[in-house]
Amino acid sequence: MAVTAQELFESLEKAWGEKISQKVEFRGETSYTIGADDLRDIARFCRDQLRFDYLLDITSIDNLGEDPRFEIVYHLYSMPHAAHLRLKLKVPEETETVDTVCDIWPTANWHEREVYDMMGIKFRGHPDLRRILMWEGYPYFPLRKDFPLEGLPSEMPDVAFTKVSPLEGGPFVTVPGTGGSKDREPRARPPEL
Amino acid sequence: MTERRATAYDSKIEGNVIFSRFDAVLNWVRKNSLWPMPMGLACCAIELMAAAASRFDIARFGAEVMRFSPRQCDVMIVAGTVTYKMALAVKRIYEQMPEPKWVIAMGACASTGGMYRSYAVLQGIDQLIPVDVYISGCPPRPEALLAGLIKLQEKISRERSFAKEDPKRDAILEPALA
Repeated sequence: MAVTAQELFESLEKAWGEKISQKVEFRGETSYTIGADDLRDIARFCRDQLRFDYLLDITSIDNLGEDPRFEIVYHLYSMPHAAHLRLKLKVPEETETVDTVCDIWPTANWHEREVYDMMGIKFRGHPDLRRILMWEGYPYFPLRKDFPLEGLPSEMPDVAFTKVSPLEGGPFVTVPGTGGSKDREPRARPPEL
Repeated sequence: MTERRATAYDSKIEGNVIFSRFDAVLNWVRKNSLWPMPMGLACCAIELMAAAASRFDIARFGAEVMRFSPRQCDVMIVAGTVTYKMALAVKRIYEQMPEPKWVIAMGACASTGGMYRSYAVLQGIDQLIPVDVYISGCPPRPEALLAGLIKLQEKISRERSFAKEDPKRDAILEPALA
């Protein structure tokens, strides 16, 4: 029995009614904003009833200056129905915590660790919430908007250290002209240029 | 009583004896059997592999014996982006290499951080360990790596282990140095 994506979305809206909001359709992709408390119930419904059996990705957005500050995006895919679904979730800066979906889609384990590592959002109930890219003990969350691109100095003896990298106006500095590459691509742009 | 025979000239060995300075012989031996530590960290390692393969054949310069144990290595070829997470591991492996040891920083990333002006990347491996030869390129072609290796060989051939510096004698023995 072929079920179209549209029918899946209709049954999702019918089952959850007020609890899902802001349906956005853009270039054939459908997104819903959901409440943080309903995440696990809706996730389980999507997996079991609508057969969205594949969690493609979990990403996070830092809307610095807005309230709530963070946003988490779940990209779902249904292998039997060949349909995509995107769920968005606002996370306020005060709690910085969401429920885990590790037990619903096991692949969420590492995705949630990456979100925690880069954005500092904690996942309630995660079995092993450690950093995944940076080392254990690194004091910052580098993908936050208030973290400078050039980095901040840190020091963990015998583990790792970081320094501020020389940017001076941008990660890529090139000056047009016919000079040699040493002149056209200085290591850092002089302040007067 | 046997008479001592004259040993001034022995036609069997005379043609096979070469007189040289000990340093020169030592350097000649060292530079022609550099065993690399392939510290392949990113795409430069692919070019390093190409340099070791048959088309470019790093064996022509005596450096084909890639050792994956630092204790058997002479030259560390840092090929790729050194992240801060990896940096102390690179330093530790360098420290495990026996003396004498040399370092080639292969490519833009290992030399200066390259295009990664970022919180995560060490801005040049020379901030942690002494570098003998820098190779430009992103990544450098195998020819560039071989050129860097030859540069390192030239550097090794000028090293002094036993003879002290003596400008007068050097001017006679090694005019290129003086």
